[in-house]
Amino acid sequence: MSLRELTNTEAMAEALEEEMLRDPTVFIVGEDIVAHGGIFGQFKGLPEKFQGRVIDTPISESCILGAGLGAALTGMRPFVDMHFADFLTTAMDEVANQAAKIRYMFGGQVKVPMVIWAPDGAGLSAAAHHSQSLEAWFVHTPGLKVVSPCMPYDVKGLIKTAIRDEDPVLFFMHKKIFGRKGPVPQEEYLIPLGSADIKRQGRDVTVITYSITLLHAMEAAQELAREGVELEILDLRTLWPIDWEAIARSVSKTHRVVVAHEACITGGLGAEIAARIQEELFDELDAPIVRVGAKRVPHPFSPPLEKFVIPGPHSILEAAKEVLT
Amino acid sequence: MKSSAKPQEMMALYRTMCRIRAFETKVQELFASNMIPGFVHLSIGEEAVAAGISSVLRPDDYITSTHRGHGHVLAKGADPRRMMAELFGKRTGYCKGKGGSMHIADFSVGVLGANGVVAGGFPIAVGAGLSCKLRGTDQVVVCYFGDGASNRGPVHEAMNMASIWKLPIIFACENNQYASTTAMSYSTSVPKISMRAQGYSMPGLTVDGNDVLAVREAAAQAVARARSGEGPTLLEALTYRWRGHFEGDPQRYRTKEEVQEAKARDPITRLAAVLRKKRLLSAQLEQRIQKEIQEEIEEAVRFAQESPYPEAQEALEDLYAGDVAQAAKGGLA
Repeated sequence: MSLRELTNTEAMAEALEEEMLRDPTVFIVGEDIVAHGGIFGQFKGLPEKFQGRVIDTPISESCILGAGLGAALTGMRPFVDMHFADFLTTAMDEVANQAAKIRYMFGGQVKVPMVIWAPDGAGLSAAAHHSQSLEAWFVHTPGLKVVSPCMPYDVKGLIKTAIRDEDPVLFFMHKKIFGRKGPVPQEEYLIPLGSADIKRQGRDVTVITYSITLLHAMEAAQELAREGVELEILDLRTLWPIDWEAIARSVSKTHRVVVAHEACITGGLGAEIAARIQEELFDELDAPIVRVGAKRVPHPFSPPLEKFVIPGPHSILEAAKEVLT
Repeated sequence: MKSSAKPQEMMALYRTMCRIRAFETKVQELFASNMIPGFVHLSIGEEAVAAGISSVLRPDDYITSTHRGHGHVLAKGADPRRMMAELFGKRTGYCKGKGGSMHIADFSVGVLGANGVVAGGFPIAVGAGLSCKLRGTDQVVVCYFGDGASNRGPVHEAMNMASIWKLPIIFACENNQYASTTAMSYSTSVPKISMRAQGYSMPGLTVDGNDVLAVREAAAQAVARARSGEGPTLLEALTYRWRGHFEGDPQRYRTKEEVQEAKARDPITRLAAVLRKKRLLSAQLEQRIQKEIQEEIEEAVRFAQESPYPEAQEALEDLYAGDVAQAAKGGLA
């Protein structure tokens, strides 16, 4: 297998290009995607290569989302760009009431093959309307699948799978990882939804995480390794369906767990994962599970304030030490 | 009004309206005797809108419907037996008992679904219209809505988007004068919903929605425009709902006299008069048609009653299309 280093943005554009070449029903729709190539340059080159299949819209989030849905119901495979994950809230009816429920509500008569792509996350002093991590809302909504990878290999493989999936997939990508590089094979590959990946083997503590928090966990692991503590880092990659078997395997190996994400701790995905571990794997635990997440305030603008609110490598390091004592 | 409809087309319109009326009258009785659970929203008195519009559509054209959608769905060709079974919550219903009255869909005849969210069909209709354009077909999409929906945000996004992309959509306002319990005269900034079309550079027409021939003519124009790639039309049909917003609605927001007056404008009686004048409808034929329709509806009720309820476990099916086993691994159930 020949590997190259690609950024997440390049990996994403490559995935889209391959899928658009493979399947003429795939198209991209959203704001600022033709002239600008997407707000993060993630569609660069595609508007020229696929004329008429990369479609600029007015600023009309409800209708952009709903248009994707209507197209999915009538034979197309839309890739909907939501600009910023925060704006999903302005299209909440279309996501939560319509796209998520249509197949079920109509007794399985129809498939809803659409990808809703949304850049999320904080750390850019973008303040409260451009910084949120909303994945828990959507994991909570039956009918949706939710993906949130971090590394270019995972981004490419999961975008391709999400496009081919027959159900609505919410695809989150943290804004601070767009330029992150990583090895990506030249050859085609797919990553199934619902499969986690052990990004670092370790014996002492399992850190269950995803998205940018994976990078924080890797940093914490390096530091702790110097003290003789080996973190095992499990990257969920897909948040729903969730890879429970991978979680159970790792918890049964280390017996100590930290669940870490950037979204607000309260009502976050970490709470769900911790609850399920204590329900099903209580006997495997040598210490109470510790959760890491943002403090429960809207995202502040000023850098020191934002830094205080969201977790970083130190948060995971401290959490790991806590489960070890 | 003068109509280009041929005799047999006029007779088809009459039949469609009578079928809708008979279906909903039966639903009203069944609901009153506790045979149907949930909420039921009837469109009795508004039949000319669905009948007139659907009469100029092809089977492969699409519609999005509302929570008051029985008429739209029947007129588009859905099977009353499966509709009735769905209303009863039976497994043989269109949605296997998961949708009920507000969520009937029949993708085989282009019904993309009734919708429990007011104005929920607009963005979906835009997507279906975009899909027609991208696939290069000449299908059209009818987006049914009520006067109440016209005040919701997605309506304006959808009309703008349909206009800039010249999508083949007919925004069909079934204006029954009331948004749930709120009168249009109070809630709406314009006297005619069709005036809103101006803001989106599309034709806006208002027709007498109790005159099925007028609805058909206007719809034919809008459909021709859509099919030839000229873009959307806003078509408003003025009508009136005889029943409450939902069955059991005490209707404190209007007088009995107002309803009585509206009943004098019955779209079915009106077309019947035209047909009699043209000697297309004899008393004998009228009786025969009513009898046939009645039998069809009775058969639908029988089918619904005799059908089994779903097993409780079926509540967990149909959520995902692909890799359900994989999703189940994540604790789907």
